[in-house]
Amino acid sequence: MTLDTKATVRVLKERHPEAILHAEDPFGNLVVTIKREDLLEVCKTLKTHPDLDYKLFLDLCGVDNLNRNQGPQFQAPYHVHLQGKGPGGGTVQNHRFEAVYHLYSIDKKHRVRLKVPLEESDLSLESVTPIWKGANWFEREAFDMFGFQFKGHPYLRRILTHEEFVGYPLRKDYDAEERHRLSRTYEVVDIEEVLAKPKEDMETGERMVLSIGPAHPATHGVYRFQVVLDGERIEECQTEIGYLHRCFEKMCETHDYNQVMPYVDRLNYLSAFMNNVGYCMAVEKLLGIEVPERAMRIHVILSEFNRIMDHMVCIGTNLVDLGALTNFWYFFQPREEIYSLIESCCGARLTVSYARIGGLMWDIPKDFIPRSKEILKKLPKFINDVDKMNTRNVIFRRRTVGVSDMTAEDAVDWGFTGPCLRAAGVPYDVRKAHPYYGYDQFEFDVPIGTRGDVYDRYLVRMEEMRQSIRIIEQALKDIPEGPVITDDKRVAMPPKEEVYTNIEALMQQFKLVMEGIQVPPGEVYTYTEAANGELGFYIISDGTGHPYRFKVRPPCFAVFQAFDSMVKGGLIADLVAILGSLNIVAGELER
Amino acid sequence: MEFNLIEILLSPVTITIVKVLLVFGGLMIGILYLTLAERKFSAYIQGRIGPNRAGRYGLLQPVADGIKFLFKEDVIPTHVDVGLFVIAPILALTPALMLIAIVPFGNELILYGRRIPLQIADIDVGIIYLLAVASVGVYGAIIGGWASNNKYSLLGGIRASSQIISYEVSFILAVIGIVMTYETLRLSEIVQLQDSFLNWGIFRQPLGFPIFLIATFAETARMPFDLPEADAELVAGYHTEYGSIKFGSFQLAEFAHLITSSAVMATLYFGGWQIPGVAVNESPSLALSLAGVGSFLVKTSIIIFFFILVRWTVPRLRFDQLMQFGWKVLLPIALLNIFLTGLWITLLRSRGLASAPAR
Amino acid sequence: MQNSYIPLLIHLIVVGGFAVSSIIITHLIGPRKPSKEKLDTYESGVRYFGDARLRFHPKFFTVALFFLIFDVEVIFLFPWAISFRKLGLFGFVEMMIFLFILAIGLVYIWKKGGLEWK
Repeated sequence: MTLDTKATVRVLKERHPEAILHAEDPFGNLVVTIKREDLLEVCKTLKTHPDLDYKLFLDLCGVDNLNRNQGPQFQAPYHVHLQGKGPGGGTVQNHRFEAVYHLYSIDKKHRVRLKVPLEESDLSLESVTPIWKGANWFEREAFDMFGFQFKGHPYLRRILTHEEFVGYPLRKDYDAEERHRLSRTYEVVDIEEVLAKPKEDMETGERMVLSIGPAHPATHGVYRFQVVLDGERIEECQTEIGYLHRCFEKMCETHDYNQVMPYVDRLNYLSAFMNNVGYCMAVEKLLGIEVPERAMRIHVILSEFNRIMDHMVCIGTNLVDLGALTNFWYFFQPREEIYSLIESCCGARLTVSYARIGGLMWDIPKDFIPRSKEILKKLPKFINDVDKMNTRNVIFRRRTVGVSDMTAEDAVDWGFTGPCLRAAGVPYDVRKAHPYYGYDQFEFDVPIGTRGDVYDRYLVRMEEMRQSIRIIEQALKDIPEGPVITDDKRVAMPPKEEVYTNIEALMQQFKLVMEGIQVPPGEVYTYTEAANGELGFYIISDGTGHPYRFKVRPPCFAVFQAFDSMVKGGLIADLVAILGSLNIVAGELER
Repeated sequence: MEFNLIEILLSPVTITIVKVLLVFGGLMIGILYLTLAERKFSAYIQGRIGPNRAGRYGLLQPVADGIKFLFKEDVIPTHVDVGLFVIAPILALTPALMLIAIVPFGNELILYGRRIPLQIADIDVGIIYLLAVASVGVYGAIIGGWASNNKYSLLGGIRASSQIISYEVSFILAVIGIVMTYETLRLSEIVQLQDSFLNWGIFRQPLGFPIFLIATFAETARMPFDLPEADAELVAGYHTEYGSIKFGSFQLAEFAHLITSSAVMATLYFGGWQIPGVAVNESPSLALSLAGVGSFLVKTSIIIFFFILVRWTVPRLRFDQLMQFGWKVLLPIALLNIFLTGLWITLLRSRGLASAPAR
Repeated sequence: MQNSYIPLLIHLIVVGGFAVSSIIITHLIGPRKPSKEKLDTYESGVRYFGDARLRFHPKFFTVALFFLIFDVEVIFLFPWAISFRKLGLFGFVEMMIFLFILAIGLVYIWKKGGLEWK
């Protein structure tokens, strides 16, 4: 077996011969299926073995396989092979659910997808939070959405839905028409326990239990922190999210692949185009479609413009929370111009839906290149001005240097990616580590910080904007000519003339409009470097016109779960500074 | 008959009432248009347009705001301490507006042979009055924060009180430097003595001025010291629960405090109504008196402008940094300033040099 | 104009009258549509836990004490500052000793950790 040459499979087979049920690598994603009982041991090996080194916990999601093997296009998914039976074997009912883990090793640059089949009668499995701190919220989400019971989880309660929610919404037999009303506010901190704790100093004075958010000026987006204060010091903090949860993944299961596009825009709406790109990449991979050169180049240019805008908002709002209001509005000017540029491409400004599976909606306008160059000329001035205003400002440094220091190990353990990880000193950038869409043709540097504090995150973002400018400058030089969308008949609309003259083209048009893009069965995880870090899309297709399971790996979800531990011991003002520096975008966080 | 009319018109009581009304009206208009100026100026800094809907260039915006405040619902939440809740904005606003009474905004005006001092009350303990009334303003914040029975308000009120009392000491010490230099507590005399450039407080007290400036920032709770109402942290601080004109009163108080503080600063450190290069005239002509008023207004405006500029430039301090800066940095320097001032004056005199402006 | 405090009184009446009357006027002319939510305490839009009337951290109380001490001492400087030149070198030295004692107090508080906030 060729799979045995892969270190992961080899080591696992050596160490845990009993545990492995199956291994395969569709679309270059290594997939290992293991027994539930051995999960914890296997994970320990995966993390600690020097050849494996899976230190970064990327994602955990549940899958409900109910009814998955039905339908005319059904091809045997892997789990049928679990017990050595052929296609159509009746084991599916026994393994209705599976927990899917995505792990990554920054040093070895390899990934693995770990699958744990679960029977409906017993959905309990070991929590991996002792191994990766970053599994925390992902496990809560899987519990919330599928009812998996993670044994040993420190705080297993619903995360995206509310306390009075009944049922598990992402299960296939959940009735989406059901409504559950929340009747009251729930405490998220175990107040009695915290208040009963003796105070460290012997001074008297009562602790204050305070809700910061959901309607609070510092929570851009809607989340709630319930904090216990001693004076101004935060003793205990617990984050409650889910106020903006809108069943994105459930909705995707009932829409066809092109209809998903506008929903994807609304993940990280500050850099919508990057989400488009990431999503398209996943479907393209499932279909085996190559994107034309020209479209790739435009993807890169617009993605980098989006990254600049996203970082501008992040830095701006962070500074607003620190009290330096001007920078935010000052950055509006270049953002406005970039938005206008994007508008000239597709007509929309914020939620663009410009990319298509296989390329782009249509070509860029004729004056795109001069306009981009014009913007590129202006951008450094704005970045430098904000730089001059803040970077060496004493108050700004005092407010940010040393606030929420994060070591590289901790950052990786929490599952950080993107600027927050790089600020902690880990030079992991998908664009460098696994170049896509021709990023390897461009020269750019990956800035890293040293302390991982708020100040470093600010510096990393400032530098990334400059690097993005560099990339755009190189990319603009020689945009290849040619089509912007693939001519693959499965995804691309035929030219209008042909529809009128040619019966095949008419059929193709009809099929695409009425049935949508038909994606062959399979499952894939693709990843791009979005503004906040690794944006992953895990799509399972069962051969019908819509995704069977759609899971986004939102970068700020992993980052945000570390928030509680970051703010403990700080002041209210620190909480605000840290929150701003993480760039939590509720649309992406809660989906 | 005509003579009698002038007699009545120029009687002390009438003059005082006219002066009070003029100053009060001027101050109110100043506050209203200061809000517009601040918004327009910040818009300019940030590349925006600013208010431009009400009237030409938004010139009627403050009026619209004022009317809106008056016609808003007067919400008094159920959990508050009603009496204190209502008194707090009055306590905040009144002292802020009272401060202007002792500021000399011009030399004497000679009308029909009568000398009219351009100052509402030329009291002999002017500086003590200044310190006393300025500190009363903090009661508004504390009482408002406590009466609201809201945690954000409470935190804001406590922050306000700690901050203002911490910087009060340095503030007073800086003022004592001025008192040592001019040997009077009467503000009109302090201005009289700043008759040449080098006699200005800023040159006589080069170390005292920055202390006074920083302490004023803290006392008026302007950026970077606006912690009592730090919006990103405490929503709106001590006036979170307030609405309609009660909220408006807190805002008015804040801007009034800014204007009067700037006026006091101009008086103590920039020669008040003195015009640089023009000698003090014992019996100034009408034009000269008015020019003095103009000079005072220009100086005050420049200081206010500086306050606005800082407001839109720097981030705010953190609470512990604020307290530590006040007690560990500002207070020792302020004490040092007293020592240096005393040493300087004593040394100069021992050499027979003029140590103070001629009296 | 014998008594320079009368203008202050007039000023107080005008200013205080404005502050009080504006609140009364708004109370009379403003609309009144109370609702349970509107009259509730604001805590970021969710139900609050407990009450804001609590014993606060004593740190703030000690700050008030420091202030009291320093403020009272500083007030003693005023008579001295006004007649600074008349008192001559003796007055200067004497007050510097006083200030020195004050400074020792500050150093003492500082060393005792009274000014630490962490």
